[in-house]
Amino acid sequence: MIREGTEVAIVGGGLVGAAIAWGLARVGKRVTILDEGDDAFRASRGNFALVWVQSKGLGMAAYAAWSVRSSDAWASLASALKDETSIDVAHQRPGGLMLSLSEDEQERRVAQMRRLHNQPEMIPYPYEVLDQAQTKKLLPDIGPQVAGSIYCPLDGHVNSLKLFRALHAALAARGVLYRPNRPVETIASRDGRFVLSGSWGELRAEKIVLAAGNGNARLAPQVGLHAPVRPQRGQIIVTEKAKPFLNYPLVTVRQTDEGGVMIGDSLEEVGFENVATTPITATMADRAVRMFPMLAGLNVVRTWSALRVMSQDGFPIYDQSETHPGAFLATCHSGVTLAANHAFDIAPQIAAGRLDDALLPFSARRFHVPQAA
Amino acid sequence: MFRRLPEAAGDTIAFTINGARFEARAGDTVAAALLAVGITSCRTTPVSGAPRAPYCLMGVCFECLVTIDGVGNRQACLIPVADGMRVETQQGARAIVTEPHA
Amino acid sequence: MIHDVDALPAEVDLAIIGAGPAGLAAAATAARQELSVLMLDENPNVGGQIYRAIAANPLPDKTVLGADYWRGEALARDAAASTAQHAAGAIVWSVSRLDGGNEIGVSMAGRSRLIAAREVVLATGALERPFPIPGWTLPGVMSCGGAQTLLKASGLVPDGRMVIAGCGPLLWLIAWQYLNAGATIDAILDTTPRANWVSALPHLPAFLTSPYLSKGLKLMRTVRAKVRIVSGIEALRAEGSEKVEAVVYTKAGREQRIAVDSLLLHQGVVPNINLSNAIGCHHTWDDMQLTWKPETDAWGATSVPGITVAGDGAGIAGAEAAAERGRIAALGVAQRLGKLDTATRDREAAAPRATLARFARGRAFLDTLYRPAKTFRVPQGDTIACRCEEVTAERIRATVPLGATGPNQMKSFLRCGMGPCQGRLCGLTVAELIADVRGVPVEDVGYYRLRPPVKPITLGELASMPKTEASENAVVRV
Repeated sequence: MIREGTEVAIVGGGLVGAAIAWGLARVGKRVTILDEGDDAFRASRGNFALVWVQSKGLGMAAYAAWSVRSSDAWASLASALKDETSIDVAHQRPGGLMLSLSEDEQERRVAQMRRLHNQPEMIPYPYEVLDQAQTKKLLPDIGPQVAGSIYCPLDGHVNSLKLFRALHAALAARGVLYRPNRPVETIASRDGRFVLSGSWGELRAEKIVLAAGNGNARLAPQVGLHAPVRPQRGQIIVTEKAKPFLNYPLVTVRQTDEGGVMIGDSLEEVGFENVATTPITATMADRAVRMFPMLAGLNVVRTWSALRVMSQDGFPIYDQSETHPGAFLATCHSGVTLAANHAFDIAPQIAAGRLDDALLPFSARRFHVPQAA
Repeated sequence: MFRRLPEAAGDTIAFTINGARFEARAGDTVAAALLAVGITSCRTTPVSGAPRAPYCLMGVCFECLVTIDGVGNRQACLIPVADGMRVETQQGARAIVTEPHA
Repeated sequence: MIHDVDALPAEVDLAIIGAGPAGLAAAATAARQELSVLMLDENPNVGGQIYRAIAANPLPDKTVLGADYWRGEALARDAAASTAQHAAGAIVWSVSRLDGGNEIGVSMAGRSRLIAAREVVLATGALERPFPIPGWTLPGVMSCGGAQTLLKASGLVPDGRMVIAGCGPLLWLIAWQYLNAGATIDAILDTTPRANWVSALPHLPAFLTSPYLSKGLKLMRTVRAKVRIVSGIEALRAEGSEKVEAVVYTKAGREQRIAVDSLLLHQGVVPNINLSNAIGCHHTWDDMQLTWKPETDAWGATSVPGITVAGDGAGIAGAEAAAERGRIAALGVAQRLGKLDTATRDREAAAPRATLARFARGRAFLDTLYRPAKTFRVPQGDTIACRCEEVTAERIRATVPLGATGPNQMKSFLRCGMGPCQGRLCGLTVAELIADVRGVPVEDVGYYRLRPPVKPITLGELASMPKTEASENAVVRV
């Protein structure tokens, strides 16, 4: 039976947990991450590697601003990781596009962007509505069915596998203890500390951060928090490597720095069913080929599906417990985009013991939940 | 380096490798035909540019990738040679752009 | 023979994937039970690996390949004479459950289609165990099975200097076939661990009464008389820059170099589990055969209803056993589809089971004797473990403590297993490397979780597959 102690325990070793852990280590905290095993659901594995701003925040202007902030800070994250680990995570911000395959689709997307930017308290950011000819200037290989697009200079992408590797290398170098195969079953309070336990033993911590994705729903109430999250399946297609041809990331098609083309983006409510299905991948493939006809001959080398962590309204939840001071919660479905904020904002605030008032819009109190006893 | 057993039967098939004319036997896969005429490496890898050649000859290793009649990344060991087939060895990742651009 | 995707039947009782011994036997047996049967194989002809080119062999002299090879002719003939249909050049890229049956994604000549089958028999056989030595990716280094395919299907033998290295019955078989064909073998480097002779001894009596004995002895005696054999090999590496130029081996602590133009490697075969994995079948680790295999019952049925595995894909037992398991699988399917009652099914299965038992005798001896040494399964240093993504053993070892405690995490960190081979040539190596660093049994480490397509298909082909209103809504969300 393992009995260990630490300053801050983070439950969950995905992108959210790892970014926060790194941020905490940078401000001098002693951190231990408790993670599940190799066959865990791991929402992080289903990411599309976008550092994305456009179209986010319809329903919560603060989320749009939060995304812009992280996108702006991402270059610093990339260079800090490069300095610490020599790993270049290939972050690029050439701007990104959302393509429409019909005039009707384009109209609806543009209307949505306008609604987004007309929200009260919305801090507008630059974007351009492009017609077919203008889109073709940026993307010479688009097919005739592309009716238009929306371009936003704040969008970018990164090699998320390298990001993951860099974060873990940086964590190891900073002495953060990464403990896999330690699923947390219960969280108790004892002598002013938290005790996280499972069949493997227990870890005592002065502070805890719940970054366990869909697992947060079960763990949060144990420390007086609320995490109404549910799994939402997303499927991805990956092709063989091709010589570079796509200079901008699209929300549903991007070419990685290694050459493979990733195609998304789907959303299904199927509980915890983690399999890929042909109608969905066929629909995604079809749209990709209509956007870029010359992709038709490229071989698909694998498909992937993962379960996103989706909150009730789709926006992040950042919270600190009133009843169990020192317990924090962080969950979102854009762990790549928000990695910079998680490392540079959330982590120092947790270290200082208090989340900024600026993050109040992200508290679960917005769901009008009575405080847990 | 492979040589054909003199008793091996089969009609002759003409095909090209990188534009040059070669002969294969009916029933050869493209991989067998390449090895029979002395092509030691059929591609260089997208990751490091290392030379590779057919390894498993049964469709599981994906080393024997060549371009056949303009289509890249075909598994040569699974495709029978046909008359007039154009085979090209590959360098690195597949190029699929239709028009050159920056 | 069906060559066109449009000519495939839309629906059959039984789809058999693979036309090797298990598939051929299953096809003939199922057809006799009046089931509609479709056998799909990616090769232009039937036979799988062991009976490759059996129906169209270019070598007129039957003694070159030997009697065991030609036994496959009867299997091919029976299947051809039956009502079972055969789709050649048919790549099965997915099998999924649908409405109590199965939906199979098939690609032929670059065009795909989904067909339905009430039951599926996976007879995809085995592939060679990876043999990760330094330099194994050099042109001129090839698997023995690959070289044997070139002999069988095209009458090709290595020219110039040739060394065969590794362990297992196939090593002796191909050496014997090469001698029959007049090829010159410079040396056989036998990596069979000496200690295996001791552990295999208890299984020797069974082996002595098995069909393998006489075959094996005759082969080995002939080869040993004519070829230089070096045993007790402790280390191996291939050297060269653009292609292999030499093989360097270590014996009794001393290194020796042999200049070569071809280096043929083999250390046994393992079940090809990519399709059964992608379907979601439960697999177990077989520590004797050092491989994963799907969990099957006495009829080959897996943990997924409607999916049966027959032949070496269920566990290595050889071609004759594969044929019997194919027959048994077909009888199981026929009973489940109402063509046979259980009593008749069991009665018909008695003869195949008896033959199976005969061929099972002696396997334990072969499995134990030829269990490959750890040093050739679990590499060190800059030896490439994942060929597709060029990931080295030392990278993988160094990443375990960073948090990659299993192959799926390792894949996320280093891309190993993300290439087109989908782990067929690296999965076992990566799992064993992780187990070695962590100091745990391989079964605790697990294997890659795979999904269709298990063979590459083009985006255009995937795009042409049926879509639903639900799938459109899941993707276009504006």
